[in-house]
Amino acid sequence: MKTEQEKEQATMELNGQEHITGAEAILQCLIEEGVDTIFGYPGGAIMPIYDKLMDYEDRLRHILTRHEQGAAHAAQAYAMVTGRPGICFATSGPGATNLVTGIANAFLDSVPVVFITAQVVSGLIGTDAFQETDIIGVSMPVTKWNCQVKKPQDIPEVIAKAFYIAKTGRPGPVLIDITKDAQLEKLNFKYKKCDYIRSYNPHIPLHTKAIESAAIMINHAERPLILAGHGVLISGAEDELKAFAEKTGIPVASTLLGLSGFPSDHRLFTGLLGMHGNYGPNLLTNEADLIIAVGMRFDDRVTGNLKKYAKKATIIHIEIDEAEINKNVIVDVEIHNDAKEALRCLIPLVKENSFEKWIREFRICDKIEYEKVIKPETKPDKGEIRMGEVVTLISEITKGEAIIVTDVGQNQMYAARYYKFNHPNSLVTSGGMGTMGFGLPAGIGAKIGRPDKIVVTFVGDGGLQMTIQELGTILQYNVPVKIIVLNNNFLGMVRQWQDMFFEKRYASTKLVNPDFVMIANAYNIPAKKVSKREELRSSMEEMLAGEGPFLLDIVIEKEGNVFPMVEPGSSVSEVRLTY
Amino acid sequence: MKQEFTISVFTEDHIGILGQITIILTRRQINIDSFTASESAVKGVYLLTIVVNTTSEMVQKVARQMEKLIDVLKVFVHTSDQIIYQEIALFKVTTNGLMSGNVIDHIVRSHYARILEVSPEYMVIEKTGNKIEISELLSQLEPFGLLQFAKSGRVAITKQVKELNAYLKEMDEANRYKTEPTLN
Ligand SMILES: Cc1ncc(C[n+]2csc(CCOP(=O)(O)OP(=O)(O)O)c2C)c(N)n1
Ligand SMILES: [Mg+2]
Repeated sequence: MKTEQEKEQATMELNGQEHITGAEAILQCLIEEGVDTIFGYPGGAIMPIYDKLMDYEDRLRHILTRHEQGAAHAAQAYAMVTGRPGICFATSGPGATNLVTGIANAFLDSVPVVFITAQVVSGLIGTDAFQETDIIGVSMPVTKWNCQVKKPQDIPEVIAKAFYIAKTGRPGPVLIDITKDAQLEKLNFKYKKCDYIRSYNPHIPLHTKAIESAAIMINHAERPLILAGHGVLISGAEDELKAFAEKTGIPVASTLLGLSGFPSDHRLFTGLLGMHGNYGPNLLTNEADLIIAVGMRFDDRVTGNLKKYAKKATIIHIEIDEAEINKNVIVDVEIHNDAKEALRCLIPLVKENSFEKWIREFRICDKIEYEKVIKPETKPDKGEIRMGEVVTLISEITKGEAIIVTDVGQNQMYAARYYKFNHPNSLVTSGGMGTMGFGLPAGIGAKIGRPDKIVVTFVGDGGLQMTIQELGTILQYNVPVKIIVLNNNFLGMVRQWQDMFFEKRYASTKLVNPDFVMIANAYNIPAKKVSKREELRSSMEEMLAGEGPFLLDIVIEKEGNVFPMVEPGSSVSEVRLTY
Repeated sequence: MKQEFTISVFTEDHIGILGQITIILTRRQINIDSFTASESAVKGVYLLTIVVNTTSEMVQKVARQMEKLIDVLKVFVHTSDQIIYQEIALFKVTTNGLMSGNVIDHIVRSHYARILEVSPEYMVIEKTGNKIEISELLSQLEPFGLLQFAKSGRVAITKQVKELNAYLKEMDEANRYKTEPTLN
């Protein structure tokens, strides 16, 4: 005689359903979504999931970081280089709150990461139980969507929804908080991917009227400029952007996160926009008569003083997130669409053209910048090593084929300015948040996502020490990431501001550092300290020749400043080359 | 120039949506004059009616941010002349004051208010109307010994002809639109 339960199970199996625990269902859902790598950290409330993970080791690889923030950044970098959502696990309470910086970072930079946090048993929620924090409330302003699951049968639907939301439209992080009882109880498992949410519409029909009027403006412009943002990479519009620029002959400038969306060595590329961007694109933004902004959000680091921004230009804004249109800059033509689709539609409507005279103005600026900034930065013949020459050398040696990961500060600006990007998604950096400590764990995530690529992480001596424990992750999984410490013994970027705006009063920016080579060696990571210019190239070659991870601690001049600079409150056309 | 706007937010029934909406307003330092949540004519859809005082540029920005929330279906922004709206107020006054004559009775009637309950100690008066009407009645009742006063947020009906259902249908069609699969 079969029991009722057995009978039920038999019918379910007939219907293609399995009777499994919530914990197992979570893992099944991830597999259904094509996940094979998870970054995370265990703890009490999430133990049922981790326990099940042991049975799934052949299909789901778990990378145990040394801090949940590290897991979050690694998952984000993984997503940025693979184009697939990153997955990150953490336990309740402190595990979940340790994620917050990482979640916010992914949110500001529009990166799809699915965060799964565990929660105390549902009966205890709201009682200030041990390791209970209201992570739904805490993460609400920094997630694209979040949801708490208290019943095992809700797991498949919520996870399906989470993936759909994270990946589509303007991507972003989502968080699912799953109670321990929901992980332990059983459900009849069946998975269906989500492709429709009534209140959420990422598939926006083409605004053909707006695209047509944009085309007319483009065809009549005399000094047009394309501003390419992260949206170009997110929508995979690199080819369309290139085709559009080449057909129209319009020069292209890039935001920090837009870098690598357009080849750095292309004749139409004019460089980086913003506070430490190139001279030409900053200065000439205010001379343009037409700006075509693609997948960018006119962040204040890009625009400088808004009151004096692009006043001579008509502005066309192609942007998938309607809330970004007219938010900072009032635009003339709104194209609320996916960048790839909009550009595709636009290309046949624009005429072939060239703007040689206009482009010559950029080249003149380039020459000025080269003489005043780039040459002394990249080819100094005396004095201590400069960040610019380090990045330039790496760029030459790797021939622009590496994935570059950065931390935040001067090191980040130098990496962005001096590396010549050839391939889409080859820069992983913290843009909107500027999160120190991002570099090391992001380097791990990037290398795990793209093992076929050389991954070079530039970090400052300050930022490295914010997440230095992740050297342990590199040790444990032998992640062959190449770490370059641009070591100036200062919180360099803040020191630069003190130098320029606070009468050189270096309040709490001097660092007394440990021996990074010894630390790396303690983690069994080969390392070398370089302070002589003559040893730079050979040590880089040594670093890149080895199969495994490597840390290169490069002694940099202490008080170097990044230029050009658009000072806070200044207009982009007031960009300074020196001070 | 600042002016009064009524924002109507149609949402799915999702816990936390109220928090998300208020965060958008508080981040922009916009004070909420009134906030009302109710069911709508469409089953399962909720309506939040928010009254704010701000510029038209700012109200458009926050409306777009609200509409961006996953569980928000549609957001409308209206000026006061584009809607029909009411608030409801309850007043508790001492009956002593009332005994002094039928003055109160007269006030109640002239303001198109009504008396809900009378006891030896107090009486409760209800008034439905707009903000000005309610504050007028309030100022007239105050001298009689006001024990309590409570006022609801605004409820509003729009004059526009196109109803939510039509928008929902449109959105549904748009949502079903999928781009052709790309080659890569
Ligand atoms: C978590 C965090 N804290 C503080 C800051 C502010 N901040 C920006 S750059 C910087 C200095 C970074 O120093 P270092 O890592 O040595 O890099 P450098 O600028 O010297 O290259 C600081 C403190 C930040 N961006 N992130
Ligand atoms: Mg430093």
